[in-house]
Amino acid sequence: MPMAARRRTRIMDIIMLDNLLGLDDFLVRAALAGLGLALATGPLGSFVVWRRMAYFGDATSHAAILGVALALALQLPIGVGTLLVALAMAGTVSTLAARGWAMDTTLGVLAHSALAFGLVAISYVPGVRADLSTYLFGDILAVSKADLGFIWAGSLGVVALLVWRWQALLTATLNEDLAHASGLNPDRERLVLTLALALVVAVALKIVGALLIAAMLIIPAAAARGLARTPESMAAYATGFGGLACLVGLRLSLWQDTPAGPSIVSAAAVIFALVAVFGRIRRA
Amino acid sequence: MSLLAAQNITVRFGGEAVLSDVSLAIEPGEIVTILGPNGSGKSTLLRALLGILPLAAGVVTRAAGLRLGYVPQKLSIDRSMPMTVRRFLSLPVRVGDVEATLALARVGLPGLEQRQMAGLSGGQFQRVLLARALLSAPQLLILDEPTQGLDQPGEAGFYRLIEEVRRETGAAILMVSHDLHVVMAASDRVICLNGHICCQGSPVVVSNAPEYRALFGLGSQGALALYQHRHDHSHEPDLVDAHGRAPSDPHHGHNHA
Repeated sequence: MPMAARRRTRIMDIIMLDNLLGLDDFLVRAALAGLGLALATGPLGSFVVWRRMAYFGDATSHAAILGVALALALQLPIGVGTLLVALAMAGTVSTLAARGWAMDTTLGVLAHSALAFGLVAISYVPGVRADLSTYLFGDILAVSKADLGFIWAGSLGVVALLVWRWQALLTATLNEDLAHASGLNPDRERLVLTLALALVVAVALKIVGALLIAAMLIIPAAAARGLARTPESMAAYATGFGGLACLVGLRLSLWQDTPAGPSIVSAAAVIFALVAVFGRIRRA
Repeated sequence: MSLLAAQNITVRFGGEAVLSDVSLAIEPGEIVTILGPNGSGKSTLLRALLGILPLAAGVVTRAAGLRLGYVPQKLSIDRSMPMTVRRFLSLPVRVGDVEATLALARVGLPGLEQRQMAGLSGGQFQRVLLARALLSAPQLLILDEPTQGLDQPGEAGFYRLIEEVRRETGAAILMVSHDLHVVMAASDRVICLNGHICCQGSPVVVSNAPEYRALFGLGSQGALALYQHRHDHSHEPDLVDAHGRAPSDPHHGHNHA
């Protein structure tokens, strides 16, 4: 069955189920899932942009597919599998970076190998091949109440972690020696970001899918840069843009029957372009 | 009691000793300059003293509860990170508006709070770094080549500011430089470094030491003449250090040739 047709029947199933529970309940859940994700990707994405960790985000999120395979093989919850593998990948990358490996090449190798191995591994799990696009592109319209709980718990966890370490994270991002001289440990702050990134990957998999998680981190933050004057305002704008992109993408997906993850990222990209153009006009 | 002391410290990078057997102590209120050619281990020494680099041997001791201010050699704020001067002053410890305003005024940059760090000139940037370091009321201020990239007047102005800070706050100052002239005039004590301590003492003693002259490839006259000329123009005659003595008055003991 072609993907669009399959998706339509899936949506019809969900709508029929939800009609019993309450009209459009799945839309509310989808919207809440997107907003929950944006809460975490705004501030974390800002750090990804400031520290030039874009490829790092790619490697970690691509590894999530491997996590899905692991979870299905071991009959673990998908969220647990992706979290474990994302943590392992983020930890590996962090360690290699600290040892002074050439990061561009190393991350290129890791990001694409993780994806390739994940796709190969998942093909061994019976009955999943048909659902593969769900993991690659997300399935926000099928978010369950349990998923929603996982998404919000994960996002709030990330936000709490970042708020707690905020001053130290900013100082270490500016200059590691400066952080050291102030009695902070830059290695620990890097670990905090690594942990936060793995959490966001696990949270975002259901929403935008493994291929586009890094986009949700980078694009709203990049759009926010044009408007912000302080790190805090950039994180706030990024959260706002991320949430807006989720809502707009969701509607696009529903009306045009486009895949949800790519629709959300497309919306974010349009926001980025609008901010860039208006910013230029305003400055001119 | 010394504010900061190193005893026989050795630092290795991958087996190779970059610093060997270095001992020094910083006393309250003095200005000490570490001088040496490129690659002599100056920044390494500072980073070892700050506890950033692990020691292969030796020990660094700090006075109990030492308040330390640090101005790093290079701080490039990525353009992707928006950062006002005011916000920067609150990293990592948040400070009040009044304190921030006073600190900026102290370094000669009143009213710059809302400017973006990325839009500052080199000299302004260094002064903001200094203002941030001063906000912790340091007993010891450590600066790594603070005037790199500044022109001659900017450099002289910055060292004058350092002297004023020392006079007002009594803070000891430890800085690194690879340029000779202005530093020599502004220091109480000079440590000449090339992987190990070649010689140390007052600027006059060091500039006459054969080790120093060999290190910088100087003839018998060059640096001394240069030093004294700079000195005549920039040194303030009434300058005294925290102990009430005139630091290293080079007018005694030698003359222009």
